[in-house]
Amino acid sequence: MQHDVLIVGAGHGGAQVAITLRQRGYTGGIALVGDEPELPYERPPLTKDYLSGAKPFERILIRPAAFWQARGVTLLPGRRVAAVDAAAHTVTTAGGEVFGYGQLVWAAGGQARRLACAGGDLAGVHTVRTRADADALRAELPAVERVVVIGGGYVGLEAAAVLRAAGKSVVLLEQADRVLARVAGEALSRFYEDEHRAQGVDLRLGAQVKDIVGDGRQVTGVRLADGTLIPAQMVVAGIGITPAVQPLLAAGAEGGDGVVVDAFCRTSLPDIRAIGDCALHANAYADGRRIRLESVQNANDMAITVAKALTGAADPYHAVPWFWSNQYDLKLQTVGLSAGHDAAVLRGDPAARSFSIVYFRAGRVVALDCVNAIRDYTQGRALVEGGARCDPAAVADISVPLKDLAAGA
Amino acid sequence: MPIITVVSRDGTGRAVEMDTGTTLMEGLRDHGFDEVLAMCGGCCSCATCHVYVEPASTATEEEDALLALSAHRRDNSRLSCQITLAPDHDGLRVEIPPED
Repeated sequence: MQHDVLIVGAGHGGAQVAITLRQRGYTGGIALVGDEPELPYERPPLTKDYLSGAKPFERILIRPAAFWQARGVTLLPGRRVAAVDAAAHTVTTAGGEVFGYGQLVWAAGGQARRLACAGGDLAGVHTVRTRADADALRAELPAVERVVVIGGGYVGLEAAAVLRAAGKSVVLLEQADRVLARVAGEALSRFYEDEHRAQGVDLRLGAQVKDIVGDGRQVTGVRLADGTLIPAQMVVAGIGITPAVQPLLAAGAEGGDGVVVDAFCRTSLPDIRAIGDCALHANAYADGRRIRLESVQNANDMAITVAKALTGAADPYHAVPWFWSNQYDLKLQTVGLSAGHDAAVLRGDPAARSFSIVYFRAGRVVALDCVNAIRDYTQGRALVEGGARCDPAAVADISVPLKDLAAGA
Repeated sequence: MPIITVVSRDGTGRAVEMDTGTTLMEGLRDHGFDEVLAMCGGCCSCATCHVYVEPASTATEEEDALLALSAHRRDNSRLSCQITLAPDHDGLRVEIPPED
C-alpha cells in the first residue's frame, strides 16, 4: 500500500501533522501508523485526570473517530514499524506488512524505560506511557494499599499525587539528591519535595534500588542497595523513555539518543523527517545545543513545521519550549529551558504556594518555573523569547509585573 | 442541548448542537473545527483554544492572564476550554480568531 505522506507514530505529533496538512489544503494520501490499538489520544492525562478517573478515555481523544474519516486520514493502528528502507521508500511492520511512502514523518516518540534490575518484570510493576499502561495500573489499584514509585521526575511525581489522592500509602524513591534534577533548579525541587511529604508521601532521596522482590509472580516489595526492604503491592517506574528510533538508525539515519534533524525536521535520510520526543534538534533556547524535548509543545510545534514544509511554506522550527505539570492543587507552568542556567532568582514566597523561579544564563533570562503564578508564566514568556537582560533584584520584586521588565531586552 | 454557531477563520459559519457538561473546546474539537489547536488538552495552560464569544462573558483570572499571550485578544475573548456548556448557551456565537 502506497501513501503520499506516511506518519509513523499516532501520538500528539503524528496526529498534528495529519490535522495541519489537511487544514493547509493538502490533498494527497495521508496514513497514520500507530503501535497502540487506540485512536490518537492525549498522553499527559495518563498521569493526571485519566489515571485518577476524572476523565474518561473519550474525553482525551485528540479527535473523535469520525474526524479522521471525514478528513481522509487512513488510520493504521496496532502496527509497529520495524524497518525502514530509505532507498525503496518503504517501511515494514513487525507483522510483515509493507507500506510505501512519498514522504515519511517519524513521530514514534519513545518507550517507557523499564527497570533493568532483578524482579522488574514481576506482576504489579508498572510504567505509565500508554493508555494500556494506565488501565492496567488502575485495574489493580483497588486491591493495593502500598505503592512504591521509582523516579522523581514529572511522571513519578504526578503519579504519586494521584495515588495519594486515591488514599494509597506511597513511597517515592529518587536516586539523585533531589527530585526533578534533570529539568528544574534546586529551589523548585525542594518545594515539590516538601509538598509531597506534606501530602503524606514517604519521599526518599539518594535511594538506590537493588532489586524488586516478589513471591515468584507478584511484586511484594522493593529492596534498596543499603538492604532496606520496602513492602509494596505495586511498583510504578517513572524513569524516563528510550527514543523509538532504532529502525531509522538501522536504515542509516544520523543519531544515537534520538534521530538528528535540522531546522525543518529533516533527518539525514531523503524524504524522512522526524518530530517530537525522538527528534534530536539544535534548540535556540538551549544555546543551539542538540537536545531532545519530551513535551506536547515540541511535538505539536514540530508537527506544524513539517506540515508547512510539506505544503510549500517552509518555516524553521524556533518555538519557545513550554510545559506544565499538575500535582495536588499545584499548577506548575514552565517556559524556556533552565538546563545550564548560572543564576536563579526566587520571585514570591513558596510558603504562599504561589511563586516563580526565574533562570538566567550569562545575564539573560532563559526560563521560568511558575507555580500557581500564571501571570508570571505568560509575562515571563516574552522575557525568554527576547533573551531579556533584567536586573535580578527587579525580578525578585513581586510588586513589579514581569511585563514591565521586558523593555530591558 | 445548546445550538451554537461557529464562524471559522474563512468567515463561514455553521450551527452545531453541542453536549452539555463538556467544554466548548471539546465541542469544537468533536465537531471538526480543527483551527482550534487546544494544545494542553483543556487544563488552562496555553492559549491555543482562544475564541471570541457573543454574548461576551467574563474570563477567569487565569484565563485573563493566558489570553495576554494572544495578539488578537478582544473584549469578548475566552479560552474555550474554560466554558462548560449548559442549556443556556443555546444561541451562543463563537468565532475563531486569526492564528497567533
